[in-house]
Amino acid sequence: MSVQSRQGIIQEINGPIVTLSFPGARMGEQVKIGERALVGEVIALQGEEAVVQAYESTEGLRPGEQAVGLDRPLSVELGPGLLGGIFDGIQRPLKKMFLKAGDHIPRGLVLPALDRELSWHFVPDPELTIETNLSVGMPLGTVQETETIEHRILVAPDRAGQLLELAPEGDYQLEQPIGRVRTPDGRIRKLRLYHHWPVRTPRPFRRRDHGVAPLITGQRILDTFFPLLKGSKGAVPGPFGAGKTMLQQQIARWSNADIVIYVGCGERGNELVDVLERFPKLEDPYTGRHLMERTLLVANTSNMPVVAREASIYVGLTLAEYYRDQGYDVLMLADSTSRWAEALREVSGRLGQMPVEEGYPAYLASRLAAVYERAGRVETVGCGKGSVTLVGAVSPPGGDFSEPVTAHTKEIIQTFWALSKELADAGHYPAVDWVGSFSEHVHVAAGWWHREVDTGWERKRESALALLSRDAELSRIVNLVGPEALSSAQRWELESAALIKEGVLQQSALDPVDNFASPEKQFLLLNIMLTIYQKGAELIETGVPVQELMKLPLLTRARRAKQSYSSQQTDKLREMLDGFIQEFEQVRLEYTRFEETTR
Amino acid sequence: MSEKEYRTAISARGGLLAVNQTPGVAFGDRVMIRDHRDRCRNGQVIRSSRSEVLIQVFEGTDDLDLETTWVRFMDEPLEISLSPQLLGRVFNGIGEPKDDRPPIVSSTRRNVNGSAINPSARTYPREFIQTGISTIDGLNALVRGQKLPVFSGSGLPHNRLVAQVVRQARLMDEEGGFLIVFAAMGVSYADARFFEEDFTSSGVLGNVVMYVNLADDPPVERLALPRVALTAAEYLAFDLDYHVLVVMTDITNYAEALREVSTAKGDVPSRKGYPGYLYSDLAEIYERSGRIRDRHGSITLMPVVTMPSDDITHPIPDLTGYITEGQIVLSRELDNQGIYPPVSVLPSLSRLMKDGIGKDDTREDHPRVASQLYALYARAQEIRNLASIIGAEELSETDRRYLAFADAFDGRFVRQGEDEDRSIVETLNLAWELLSMFPGDTLSRVSETDLAKYRYNDKR
Repeated sequence: MSVQSRQGIIQEINGPIVTLSFPGARMGEQVKIGERALVGEVIALQGEEAVVQAYESTEGLRPGEQAVGLDRPLSVELGPGLLGGIFDGIQRPLKKMFLKAGDHIPRGLVLPALDRELSWHFVPDPELTIETNLSVGMPLGTVQETETIEHRILVAPDRAGQLLELAPEGDYQLEQPIGRVRTPDGRIRKLRLYHHWPVRTPRPFRRRDHGVAPLITGQRILDTFFPLLKGSKGAVPGPFGAGKTMLQQQIARWSNADIVIYVGCGERGNELVDVLERFPKLEDPYTGRHLMERTLLVANTSNMPVVAREASIYVGLTLAEYYRDQGYDVLMLADSTSRWAEALREVSGRLGQMPVEEGYPAYLASRLAAVYERAGRVETVGCGKGSVTLVGAVSPPGGDFSEPVTAHTKEIIQTFWALSKELADAGHYPAVDWVGSFSEHVHVAAGWWHREVDTGWERKRESALALLSRDAELSRIVNLVGPEALSSAQRWELESAALIKEGVLQQSALDPVDNFASPEKQFLLLNIMLTIYQKGAELIETGVPVQELMKLPLLTRARRAKQSYSSQQTDKLREMLDGFIQEFEQVRLEYTRFEETTR
Repeated sequence: MSEKEYRTAISARGGLLAVNQTPGVAFGDRVMIRDHRDRCRNGQVIRSSRSEVLIQVFEGTDDLDLETTWVRFMDEPLEISLSPQLLGRVFNGIGEPKDDRPPIVSSTRRNVNGSAINPSARTYPREFIQTGISTIDGLNALVRGQKLPVFSGSGLPHNRLVAQVVRQARLMDEEGGFLIVFAAMGVSYADARFFEEDFTSSGVLGNVVMYVNLADDPPVERLALPRVALTAAEYLAFDLDYHVLVVMTDITNYAEALREVSTAKGDVPSRKGYPGYLYSDLAEIYERSGRIRDRHGSITLMPVVTMPSDDITHPIPDLTGYITEGQIVLSRELDNQGIYPPVSVLPSLSRLMKDGIGKDDTREDHPRVASQLYALYARAQEIRNLASIIGAEELSETDRRYLAFADAFDGRFVRQGEDEDRSIVETLNLAWELLSMFPGDTLSRVSETDLAKYRYNDKR
């Protein structure tokens, strides 16, 4: 295979943007630039000139040096050995780079993402016979990638055709052929355990399907109040210090996805280290294995070159789609899409493109939409149903949700978890603001909750939200004229709303019992608080003074219920609920007796 | 080094000099510029094409003309020499001596831009640093390798606070303190002098490297200064194994210099005229702090950001907050009440505190005490607001207790002397004195054991 290498010459260097004189360059083509062989990508053509964005710092490049076109777009390697790894924005393996090049990231170093030395135990698909017609994405067999994840080896894009030979079960390295295929053009080509895929091209599937089940994160404010379906898209906007990263890490840790891909895009290096150091020690709540075995990190921290930051989101998405195509439910967390958008802005600014809002290019909205649209639940080519759920963190400047990235994101996504600085400053975590958040999938989620947990779910959820919105109104009055101006019933509403906030919405990520709540526990806690509210309201109507109710010790117990009983101890919560109902009955009896004796 | 000088300048404006008919000059390379009076200036290539280069001139373009300006391309990146002799010295923004002593001579030279630390090479910072300041140690603890800025306003005593941290900061598990790298960008002579005297009188001057660019020094030099200072810090920390505390003041002046140059360059502005790459540019600076696997030393970074008009949503503090691991916020209100240090604890935050405190690091009750103090003070602030509307007389007894607590908190916990170095145990005991104003059963965030062991009225 001889590829005619095509060459260009550097004309100009302006930060990460390099202009080449390069007739015949293709849009999107990968380029090696200069003597240091920096990696870049063609993003514009003008006459004989090609404009290239470099994934690495261009310091030291000189006009007149050569550049070589690689005749292929930015691609990732897909195959066993990805899970548990950490890669940079163009899928270079960071652990291996550390071993090879030391503390700092060197330039021009190319290392394959997947380890060529490792052997994998391949089990061919028994359904496949010689002459089977293979299409792209069909499974050829399996490899046990981690204890819990069975990796399906899929047909590569240029390897569709008639199967001529498939290797027997056995151990193979990535470069060893596991079969041969005759492609439609009559060529005979080898099959391997891995293949390449261009990151900016979505992977194919049979057809789109709609979401049916919520992604369970174990976080009450998310699952119970603003559910996100598997295969849909959500956003977490919030100013700094509102707990975005903490919430994303909680979701990465506890959600019931099969695979979690965490893309640290322009964020802090130490946060990724935190995940890298902590996750291998944590247990996957669903399989009992190490959490890292289902996790994959793509890291382009804020100080790493800005252009690779733009690429990192596509790299993450392609990896996510690859596991989706094996029939898995994949969750991709992108922290933060604002930094990705800023990378777009920086490049467009250097190209002198006309800025529209806040310096962002006019194509910001369409690019954002195209990124989010790669999420979805699909019927895969050969592995049943799979999904990619995409959750993007948004970092609005000054916490202003009307800025372009937040505003455009809001139009695309279906679940919006708005974080509030006020809540965070008041120590209310997770600081998801129930007024500004929304989910378009409550009805679909309700079907699941009604089937799996309790038929009262949707009704209870609505009552709780209604109570919280009355709380907001009443609080405004209190702030103006003090609590004395309220009626007993209104003061009970305030107290009950406080119960919901403290007993349900607030959830400690650091408390070993509280940091995860099963759907059943979530529902029971909500039910306990609402029952207290309702029983209390009934008593107030019969004339029991609100002060008597506020003194009830059960209120403190209800507040602590989330920490007192784990998700395995839901029977205790049920007992607690029954006990509370009896205690209210007791108060009612005592009060009527007291009324009668005083009468 | 090229001996050839080019006299082909075609434009000079706002610290930038364009030269044409040049050979292929490497992007980022160092440049020497000789003006009509034979004075030399330093520059760096910030755009390079086959026939023209754009140079940022660190000493500025004042008094340059186009006819008699000679430009020599040095064929090397912007580097500084590094040796242990750095300690006790004063340099300008590009690493030239400012103390009438000879330049550093060493075979160890490093590119001031550094290169990104591989996230796989980092270790998570978790070693507590005692600053002796209760609001920091108790509620927003600093750990080794953290970047924790001070968000301040003009006229607030951020310099005094930072100087106090420099004097008092110590590690819990090691003898010997920190080396200090002090980076001053666009500060007044008085401020620079204040630090110098403070370092001298506390006897740490021999452990300090100073990089100083005063308010009347050329702004373009401010762009190189933090990079030069951090290159020195990296050398001290990761080559020589020291724990280094880098103090930077004032990031706002840095960002303004960046805006000045980017505007002259014709970059597309984003918010408030700052360039779209302000975030990435600041991150290149802040992210150079940290801990590295198998290296003994560390870089802890404490930048000062004065918020224009005390506005925390202004791009500079805003983008800083998104990069750093928390922030210490100073409050004008507390300062007006004469409370030093005027640290406003509610908007302040240390993201790395949770792993640096507790049983093996400070004391087992520390995380819960911090959470409890925070919750009570947050509630007390609400009640203060309410009291300002309906009057304190209208409040219930419980609410009045909160008010008394808030006053005690401001007056005793927040307020402390400029030389008062409180140990973490003293800080926690003081916290318990304040918590003991409340009945034990209302303190829901501390444990029963804590109450029995530390609450004043419960202690026998």
